Amino acid sequence: MKARSGQDPGGGSRRAAGELEAAVLAVLHAAGTPLPPGAVRERLGDGSLAYTTVVTILSRLHAKGVLERSRSGRAYAYAPVADEPGLAARKMASVLAGEPDREAVLARFVSRLSRSDEELLRRMLDAGPGGRADGPGDHTG
Amino acid sequence: MHLVVYLPLAVPLLAAASARHIASRLPPSVATWLLAGAAVALAAGSTAVLGLLALSAVIQIPLVAALGDMSLSMVQRHDPASLSAAIAAGVLLAAVTAAATRAAWRRGRALASAARHARCLPGPGQLVVIPDGAADAYTLPGWPGRIVVTAGMLDALAPAERRVLLAHERAHAAGRHYLFTVAAYLAAAANPLLRPLAAAVTYTVERWADERAAADCGDRALAARAVARAALASAERPRSGRHGPARTAAGTLQSTAGTLRSAALGIAGMAAMRGAGPVPRRVAALLAPPPRFRPLLVAAIAALVLISGVSVLDAAASLHAFVELAQAHLAS
Repeated sequence: MKARSGQDPGGGSRRAAGELEAAVLAVLHAAGTPLPPGAVRERLGDGSLAYTTVVTILSRLHAKGVLERSRSGRAYAYAPVADEPGLAARKMASVLAGEPDREAVLARFVSRLSRSDEELLRRMLDAGPGGRADGPGDHTG
Repeated sequence: MHLVVYLPLAVPLLAAASARHIASRLPPSVATWLLAGAAVALAAGSTAVLGLLALSAVIQIPLVAALGDMSLSMVQRHDPASLSAAIAAGVLLAAVTAAATRAAWRRGRALASAARHARCLPGPGQLVVIPDGAADAYTLPGWPGRIVVTAGMLDALAPAERRVLLAHERAHAAGRHYLFTVAAYLAAAANPLLRPLAAAVTYTVERWADERAAADCGDRALAARAVARAALASAERPRSGRHGPARTAAGTLQSTAGTLRSAALGIAGMAAMRGAGPVPRRVAALLAPPPRFRPLLVAAIAALVLISGVSVLDAAASLHAFVELAQAHLAS
């Protein structure tokens, strides 16, 4: 199983466009401030990546509506549009919702439960109906 | 062609009847390979005999007989299979081909779309966390696949259980499990009698990931807890924002000293399990010892596939021999 690390610098093989986009987005999110292409390229830490490539990726993301840009000297400075993971989720939900095979394509951790299944699970866990509510659940374990 | 030609149409019934039994009695990796492989082989077999039967009707068309240099009178007098059966087979073949093609097209499009989104999801890593209060987690197919988990799901699980969840989803991604489910799905489209096998494969694929996750985390009872808790969390829609019933469920389950009572499972009994859905069965399977490899079961399914395959070959051979005979008659 390959370890996916977008910040892996100069990894011999060509990275997929989507992976580069993801890496650029990660850099911009981490920066917390609008960045011009030069700064983005620096922070990507991939020496083999050309400046023009970075500019192309940034403009593509801007065209997709994922980034917004403002003039900063000669170049643009790019920043992620707010609520970006939510955007991704909504986009995916709306596109996949059109597919009748949507459910089948995702390997869900747990499938939908029927009422009787819910009951059965609770019995298996020996938590009676209503149970003992201990306030907000703690995260120890 | 004698009655043997109809065997590959009947064998899928036997396989379908045994699918659920196999899914629970064999180690899930073996079961997945066996069921998916058998589904594909049996679907190929049944489609092939439909083709052979239809062909035996087609050669009775005068134009075709002429093109094939066959004696038309002989073909029509000694037709290898009853004409009505052959025509029915032709109709079925057309229906089945259309269904399988449509299924392949739709599933292919859904997979490509999901893979595209898997690549374009933000973040550098395999895991993507979505700030959604509802508990959900799934793996998107692709090269590489991505794992999507909602914040609600992470909230509902304890840290050790989150590790189980991630190990389970990684097992799906690494094992390319969607290939097995797609193969079985297409086989069932080509032969609807095989639908129970396709359903069984979607179940065994989850069991496979469960067992891998349990092995990675070294604790099957923990894995069982994680599955149960995740299921209950996802069944509850947060009514009052993120810190609603999902948290209550987590708190309730936490308060049972973290132990699962398999005795309670005994009391719940096999009767309750009979009609149970996949999630309780997965939890029960994780609480029980892992299924042993049972060579007899594997051999039984392999035998069914073999019977189907041999029948197809026999039917093809006898049709071929018949055509040659008809050609010899014309020549003489």
